[in-house]
Amino acid sequence: MSDERIDRSATGSTASSGMPQRAALADVPPEPGARKPDALLVADEVRRRFGGLQAVDVDHLEVQRGTITSLIGPNGAGKSTFFNLVSGFDKPDTGSWSFDGTSLTGRSAYRISRAGMVRTFQLTKALMRLTARENVMLGAQDQRGERFLAALWRPGWQSQEREIGDRADELLERFNLTRMRDEFAGTMSGGQRKLLEMARALMSNPSMIMLDEPMAGVNPALTQSLLGHIEELRDDGMTIVLVEHDMDVVMGVSDWVICFAQGRVIAEGTPDAIRSNNAVIDAYLGTSRALKADIEGPTDREEGTDE
Amino acid sequence: MDWLSILSTATRGMFGPEAAIYALAAIGLNVHFGYTGLLNFGQVAFMLVGAYGVAVSVATFGWPLWLGVLVGIACAVVLALLLGIPTLRLRGDYLAIATIAAGEVLRYFYRSGAAEPVTGGVFGLRQFADSFFDLNPFEPGSYGVGVVTFDARSLWVMVVGWSLVALASLLVWLLVHSPWGRVLRSVREDELAARSLGKNVFSYKMQSLVLGGVLGSLAGALLAINVQSVQPDTYNPVVTFYLYVIVILGGAGRIMGPILGSILFWFVLTFLDAFLREGTASGVISTSILQGADIGAARFAFVGLGLILLMTFRPAGILGDTKELRLDVR
Repeated sequence: MSDERIDRSATGSTASSGMPQRAALADVPPEPGARKPDALLVADEVRRRFGGLQAVDVDHLEVQRGTITSLIGPNGAGKSTFFNLVSGFDKPDTGSWSFDGTSLTGRSAYRISRAGMVRTFQLTKALMRLTARENVMLGAQDQRGERFLAALWRPGWQSQEREIGDRADELLERFNLTRMRDEFAGTMSGGQRKLLEMARALMSNPSMIMLDEPMAGVNPALTQSLLGHIEELRDDGMTIVLVEHDMDVVMGVSDWVICFAQGRVIAEGTPDAIRSNNAVIDAYLGTSRALKADIEGPTDREEGTDE
Repeated sequence: MDWLSILSTATRGMFGPEAAIYALAAIGLNVHFGYTGLLNFGQVAFMLVGAYGVAVSVATFGWPLWLGVLVGIACAVVLALLLGIPTLRLRGDYLAIATIAAGEVLRYFYRSGAAEPVTGGVFGLRQFADSFFDLNPFEPGSYGVGVVTFDARSLWVMVVGWSLVALASLLVWLLVHSPWGRVLRSVREDELAARSLGKNVFSYKMQSLVLGGVLGSLAGALLAINVQSVQPDTYNPVVTFYLYVIVILGGAGRIMGPILGSILFWFVLTFLDAFLREGTASGVISTSILQGADIGAARFAFVGLGLILLMTFRPAGILGDTKELRLDVR
């Protein structure tokens, strides 16, 4: 596991320029299954059937490194199921996928997470009877004190524990949760739990974070500041995949948008390309949303999130 | 009614060997249920293999007693692995079913005719702990404060028993206040979340099952040593439920919970027993209401009533935090 970790920090630093990987997307044709110049996640033939329902039927999907990629689509389109499959929380009927060149097909969820691909959940999974700080500290990887015998020898892990605690405090601060630091996560509001879950996932220093509806139930001001953080993370070289229904969020922050419908990828492209894509308008956005976008134009939204 | 005699009996019950033994087994169950959220309904199975580890090793094979204790521990580890490998990947209730069944299967196996040459079958085994009592540093006689006295034998078992309880509590305290314990508690709260953060949930549940099982087997070994005999039907499922009562009474997921729970449980049990016996003997309680032969059952009925009241008014146990318990409901 540790060599994967070193790998990741290496790619992180080279990607910290960030921009070339985003800019390269301009040359990617806006069509389902498009190849990306520097793909971090590559999925092939991933299919999952629930009884008579073909929930996920993805022929080919790539996520460009160092970008924010959003998955959109109507309810039941298979976005979250796709998340579950590639993160190891569900087993596909067929399919293979690789992450940073390593095949993750059939690996268990915890090993996928350790490989640097960390996810959050649509229905928040706060650890109720752990404090907010403990929740975040749990996210740290390679903790010496997490081994049975090592746990008994306090001096062996105490210094690392202090470092982890400091990092957790920074993350809590960043997510406006410092006030709740020593409270049980179960006492926090739904929105706060979303934030806590995101902070916890970031604590593991992932090279890719998959956020399942991160902004649902979070107030607008905080949404804005979170989007700012997400963009910062991207600029630091992290790859972010979002499932989100808030089109202002999706269009404002995404570098690339992939639209699902009935388990399949029906369209992908830059936010502008997606907004005018007829298949997406029919399946998901609806004409009013598309029209509104034409009137307002994309520029003012981008300014909004840059603040 | 001789209240002094009733109270002295009850006080002896609080601190006697049984209370220490049940506390030790309950500490193991607390690791499972209180800290990891494992629904182990077969803690008595671990006690059984611990007890028979000693009895069979010494009485059947003529090995030294300390080796018998180690055999019991080894059996507990094997039992935990056997139970855990198929069930820990499944939802919690499957473990409950598997453990309660395993306990019964083991009991019937140890009492079966086929196993009789080794385990003594329904008759069990006896007189295998002489070497333990040979080590007794206390001179024969009675020890204690006022009317609460113990004989040298009981005192020796108590000293060993409560020392083991203290050591086990220290061990569990060190573990749960470490990053290891944090992972364990996260598994209790939400397995999927722990998994999403790169924790090998299966491995942690297995470690917890083994640790708690080993503590249970030590309790079983001491139980066998205390009475110098093993008999399969001592290890029936009801023992596990007493242990649950103890853990919940004291407060699940609290270091002192099982200790306080066991002391209280045995106080109430011996108090009721002595009180009802005194009451019927002295005629205060009419024999038309309660007869001597029913006292054993009646005291458990009162324990059950007490538990209902506790769950209603103090659901998190004596040491538990009711606020903490309510968090689940949200």
